[in-house]
Amino acid sequence: MLLESMYQEIILDHYRNPHHKGLRDPYDAQVYHVNPTCGDEVTLRVTLKDVGGEQVVDDVSYESLGCSISQASASVMTDLVIGKPVSEAMKIGDAFLALMQSKGQARSEPDEDLLEDALAFAGVSKYPARIKCALLSWMAWKDATARALAETDGGQA
Amino acid sequence: MSTGSPGAAANGKQSLDVGRIRKDFPILDRTVRGGRPLVYLDSANTSQKPRQVIDTLTEFYERHNANIHRATHELGEEATEAYEGARLKAARFIGAADETEVIFTKNVSEAINLVAYSFGNATALSGPLALRDGDEIVITEMEHHSNLVPWQLLCERTGARLRWFSVTEDGRLDLSQAGELINPRTRLVALAHQSNVLGTINPVQDIVARAHAAGALVLVDAAQSVPHGRVDVADLGADFVGFTGHKMCGPTGIGVLWARRELLAEMPPFLGGGEMIESVRMERSTFAPPPHKFEAGTMPIAQAVGLGAAIDYLTDVGLDGIREHEHELLRHALPALAEIEGLRILGPTAPENRGSAISFTLDGIHPHDLSQVLDDRGVAVRAGHHCAWPLHRALGIQASTRASFYLYNTHAEVDALVEGIRHAKRFFGG
Repeated sequence: MLLESMYQEIILDHYRNPHHKGLRDPYDAQVYHVNPTCGDEVTLRVTLKDVGGEQVVDDVSYESLGCSISQASASVMTDLVIGKPVSEAMKIGDAFLALMQSKGQARSEPDEDLLEDALAFAGVSKYPARIKCALLSWMAWKDATARALAETDGGQA
Repeated sequence: MSTGSPGAAANGKQSLDVGRIRKDFPILDRTVRGGRPLVYLDSANTSQKPRQVIDTLTEFYERHNANIHRATHELGEEATEAYEGARLKAARFIGAADETEVIFTKNVSEAINLVAYSFGNATALSGPLALRDGDEIVITEMEHHSNLVPWQLLCERTGARLRWFSVTEDGRLDLSQAGELINPRTRLVALAHQSNVLGTINPVQDIVARAHAAGALVLVDAAQSVPHGRVDVADLGADFVGFTGHKMCGPTGIGVLWARRELLAEMPPFLGGGEMIESVRMERSTFAPPPHKFEAGTMPIAQAVGLGAAIDYLTDVGLDGIREHEHELLRHALPALAEIEGLRILGPTAPENRGSAISFTLDGIHPHDLSQVLDDRGVAVRAGHHCAWPLHRALGIQASTRASFYLYNTHAEVDALVEGIRHAKRFFGG
C-alpha cells in the first residue's frame, strides 16, 4: 500500500507521457544538474519574457534521464511554471520544496490550488532516498531562472 | 568466540548450514516495511554482523576499554593486547609475512589514499618512491571510485599520467591493451581483485607479472574478494592490498592496508600526529617503524578488535564453504534472472570464476523504481552506479540494480528477488 502512495497514477501518467520534453531554441539560460547518488541527470533551458515590466516564464524545455519520480516531477514542474510570472512560479517551487521536506507529515495542508498535480508527490516525501529525485528538475529550473534573470538585469544595467 | 563450526561438513563439498548461520545474525530476524521479512541482498554494500562480533564490541567497551600503547595500567595493557591481537589475526588471515605489514585504516578508501598520498609526499621530498615527469599510473575502467579518484588527485599533484584498461562487452578487462599500457614508464598499477558491480574476478597474478617485469608496483583493491573466499597476499604477488571490515561481518570504521615490509619502510607517512612518531622536536620529527608510522592518533580500537572477531567467525565457518555456498546461489540466481524478459545481466553470465554480486538492467524500469518495489516487499538491493560511474558509462547505461549475496542468504531469498522483479514489471505495466 505504501508503494501505491508513492507511485500514484498521476505520476505514472506523467512518466509515460512527459509534457514539454525536448530542448527548444531560443533560450535565455541552460543548466545541467545531476543527482550524484544515482546518476540521474537533466539538461534544462529557460526562456523568460517581459510582460508589462514583469518577468514571465515563457518556456522551459529539458532532456533528462532518470527514474519515474524524477521524470514525472520534471513534467509536472513545466506544467506548473510555464506561463506564470517568475515570482509566482518561485512560490510554487517553495511550496513543493516544503512538501518534499514534510516527511509525509505537513504541518499545514499543502496548497492544492498552488501545487495541482505536484500534490501527488506527497507520498515520495516519506522516502528520504527519493526526495532528491523529485527535486532534481525543480532545482535545475530555479538555477536556470536565476541565471536568466541575472542576464536580463545585466542587459538592462 | 563461537564453539563448533556452522561451516561445511568434513568432506568440504556440502554447503553451509545456513539455518544455523542465520541465527548468528540478529538483524535477519527483523521485519521491514510493515511486517515483511527482511531479504538482505546488499552485502557488497555492507554486510550484516553476527552476534559474535556485536558481543566482542560490547565486551571490549564494558571490560577492556582504554587507549592503546600509551596507557600504563592494566586496562591499557588489555586494550593494547586486543588491538595488536587483531592485527595478528588479520595478518594470518591474508597470509602476510608478519603483522608489521598490516596497517589499520578506516576503510579501503583510506588505505588507497594512504598509498597515493605517500607517493605524493615522496615526490615532494624527492624520496625513493618519487614520481617523475612522464611516469604513468594504470587503473581500470571497472574501478570503484575509491580506486580511481585518489589516483586522479595524485596525478594532478605530481604531473604523472593516468591511464586505464577498458572493459570488454562481457565485463572483463581488455587484456589486449596490457602490452601497451604496462610499460617502462608505468610506476603503479591499481586494480580491483573483484568488481563490485560485475562480479568479475580479475587476473591479478597475470597483471602483477607484467607490472613487475616492467618495474611497476601493484595495488589490489580486495574489498569485494577478501570477505568471500581465501585471499593470500603471497599468492597474489601484489605490493599493496586493501580490504575493509564492514563488508566481512566486521564493524564499520576499520579497514586494512597490507604492504610489503620494505615498501612500508621507504614510504613517507600519510597522516601525522600522535603515536606515529619516534622523536619530536619543534623543527622536525622522526617516525616510528611500520605499522605505527601510518597509524596517527587514537585508532578505532574497538572496531579493530571487532574485525578480529569477524575474522575468527569467517574462519570458523570456513572461507571455502562460503565461496561454495555463494557459487550455488549464483547457479540458482543467474539463470532465473536471465529468464526474465528484458533483464540484462552486466558482466559474466556464467557462475564460473565470478563473485556473487549481480548487477542488471531491466527494460523500461529505472533501477530506482525497481529497488523501490523490491524494498516494498522487504527485498534490500542497491540501485544506482554503485560508485562505479565510469564503468556504467562504458557499458552504455546510466545506472543498474545490484543484488549481492553472502553466507547468510538462501535460495528462497533468490526466489523472492526474482518474484519481486516480476511483480515490478506488472506494477509498471512492463
